Amino acid sequence: MQLLSGNEALALGAYHAGVQVACAYPGTPSTEILENLARFKDIYAEWSTNEKVAMEVGMGASYSGVRTMVSMKMVGLNVAADPFMAASITGIIGGLVVISADDPQIHSSQNEQDNRHYARLAKVPMLEPSDSQDVYDLMQYAFDISEEFDTPVLFRTTTRIAHSKSVVNANKTRKIKNTHPAFFHNPQKYIMLPVNALPRHAKVEERMVKLAQYCETFPMNQVIWNKKKIGIVTSGVAYQYAREAFPEASFLKLAMTWPLPQKMIKDFAAKVENLIVIEELDPFLQDNIKAMGIKVSGKEIFPIVGELNTRIVTESSIGAGLIPESEKSVVLPPAEGLPKRPPLLCPGCPHTGIYYTLNTVGQRTKLVESTEPQEPKLIITGDIGCYTLGAYPPHNVLDTTACMGAGIGQALGMEKAGVKSKVVAVIGDSTFMHSGITGLVNAVYNQGHITILILDNHTTAMTGHQEHPGTGVSAQGKETYTLDIESLCKGIGVKDLKVINAFDLKALRAGLRDSIDKDELSVIIVRGACAVQVKKRQNPRKIDVEKCTQCGTCLKLGCPAIQSANGQVFIEPTLCAGDICGLCEQLCPQKAISA
Amino acid sequence: MKKSMDILITGVGGQGVVLASDIIGETAIAAGYDVKKTDTLGMAQRGGSVVSHIRLAEKVWSPLIKEGQVDLMLAFEKLEAARWSHYLKKDAVVIINKYEQPPPSVSLGKEKYPSDDELVTALKRRTDKIYLIDGNQKVKELGNVRTLNIFMLGSFAAFAPLDDKVWQESISQRLPEPIREINLKAFALGRKEIEGVRIGTN
Repeated sequence: MQLLSGNEALALGAYHAGVQVACAYPGTPSTEILENLARFKDIYAEWSTNEKVAMEVGMGASYSGVRTMVSMKMVGLNVAADPFMAASITGIIGGLVVISADDPQIHSSQNEQDNRHYARLAKVPMLEPSDSQDVYDLMQYAFDISEEFDTPVLFRTTTRIAHSKSVVNANKTRKIKNTHPAFFHNPQKYIMLPVNALPRHAKVEERMVKLAQYCETFPMNQVIWNKKKIGIVTSGVAYQYAREAFPEASFLKLAMTWPLPQKMIKDFAAKVENLIVIEELDPFLQDNIKAMGIKVSGKEIFPIVGELNTRIVTESSIGAGLIPESEKSVVLPPAEGLPKRPPLLCPGCPHTGIYYTLNTVGQRTKLVESTEPQEPKLIITGDIGCYTLGAYPPHNVLDTTACMGAGIGQALGMEKAGVKSKVVAVIGDSTFMHSGITGLVNAVYNQGHITILILDNHTTAMTGHQEHPGTGVSAQGKETYTLDIESLCKGIGVKDLKVINAFDLKALRAGLRDSIDKDELSVIIVRGACAVQVKKRQNPRKIDVEKCTQCGTCLKLGCPAIQSANGQVFIEPTLCAGDICGLCEQLCPQKAISA
Repeated sequence: MKKSMDILITGVGGQGVVLASDIIGETAIAAGYDVKKTDTLGMAQRGGSVVSHIRLAEKVWSPLIKEGQVDLMLAFEKLEAARWSHYLKKDAVVIINKYEQPPPSVSLGKEKYPSDDELVTALKRRTDKIYLIDGNQKVKELGNVRTLNIFMLGSFAAFAPLDDKVWQESISQRLPEPIREINLKAFALGRKEIEGVRIGTN
């Protein structure tokens, strides 16, 4: 018995099911899947440059007969949607399991999309676990189903499954199905010219008919009989909340949620007085059950926005008369008036200096102090990573954040639309590799005049420091070729290219000014190592209280180590990054800060 | 029938909340409990408010604890104790590390860090069993400030239905050799500290 997170159980389950190739791009809450798989030296695991590439690598491996896993967060499947749809129509050879880790409640994402719709769209089977044991057990089925029905399998988890730990009995051992990978020429299957694609579509439809029969007896779909007044159809983590809120109801717990077992659902519905669906996000099960002609309620009772929990399920059910009012527990409101604690850039973060510079050069504080929407003096389009935290005070340096790699295209769009202000795009190194490169090619080709800041901290920081093509190390720790961002930019045709030390405030200001004043496209690579990865911490900075005039300038860096209590600013020595940073020392007008 | 327990650990990203909750979970499994736990990870963990739910029972369904059901809260930072006070059950035990880490809005002078009285008032809506200990000072004296989370675990152990030997084993299993001993010391110190405070206040 082990205590495993959903992601750990997923990696172990896939390993035991004989996965031989695994690819992914990091993204919360999916990242730890590949991290755990990469530790097994007898499989091939890679960080791909983005989810689309990961899916394509996965297709190639699967076509060659080996069991393959491609994992990503839910918005990653948007990036990978093109090859995902293609894998559906060509089918597979070695089992191909695609993990979509959804994020209800938007703990760490840009939207709350429900990727179950992708199973229906792509016409592929979908599995949904309810805890880590389910994850582990379903993994074997996922690969078996994939091979039996010649289809990728969508394996959908959510943050509460991926990042919760529960007890797992990992009772299998690794078995490899195909020890002789080989690709066989088969144009009708692999070359999706119209002449081949149309017959393949017919095969996809045949496969779905067979799967609809298979799921009626799928052993992980479970009926739990209790009192028959209320019957609940549910899946995923919602099952756990529902079990707790309705100890006396009967349950149809679905582990395979596409296609749906129509006969099983009809039988269950016929035996209960009141059929309810409890599911997170969209009415996916509900709408499809309705389409079977079954009377069912769900989203009339339970919220469509945010994740569920036992309290929400209970209170919603009381409101609908499903649970007696007497079971309502008195819940206190959160204590009022407490200061919020949003996530922050770390002490010694290489983004701090450039963000301070953008804030002051762009007069960004004025923007948030105004009650009316203002046109920024300097428009700053953002991207996805730690540096998205620059949207918070005291930096306030971002105007947009949409999706991976979007900032460069958005910046060009604003310029071409004819805005008066200068436009700057901010993007991290890993995001640049993921999907910023094509935006830069486009901006150069179309003769944009924007400034692009590539914040190069030499890692994928937000998701926990994964390697990428710029780090020179593979997912499994092997040394490899290091992408040279400067050469890449030059090759694309960037004429004005600067590389600036992230901890040199003067150089940052001069460089930024020069670039935005230029009438041509400019790239500044702001380079500095992620503070979390620099182990050496020497000489924390101190404030000389004699010299300090409490002007508050250093506080505008937004460094968590610089704090203020009882009217005196001080630097918390256990937090300060010391010699690797020194930004506050450069900034202090009174020269009151030193080692 | 094993006594069930719902535990909330709160703190600030970087204080070691997740490791502490992992060790509680692993200790409870070794003691024969069903366990579920869930943490804040990803974007929210960078210096932000962090919370971990841990549930021990014969059989656990939801990984999240319902508001008003927490039996014991272990707060690594004062403000973070008050923030989650609505999760406490009546007469729950609250162990608070006296440490104060002002959020940016406080350092920038936009908001005030609540006084001890204000923080205690929020908690007293539910319970009087509030124990304040100076963990940061104690682990500093011990010689390694990174052992705070294990020190706090020690203080928790005094209230947990788990055997001391099982604690020692799960801590030893989880921490690498060079820092194992000092963490075991921090655990013992935390336990001793809470016993002293308990006698003092009751």
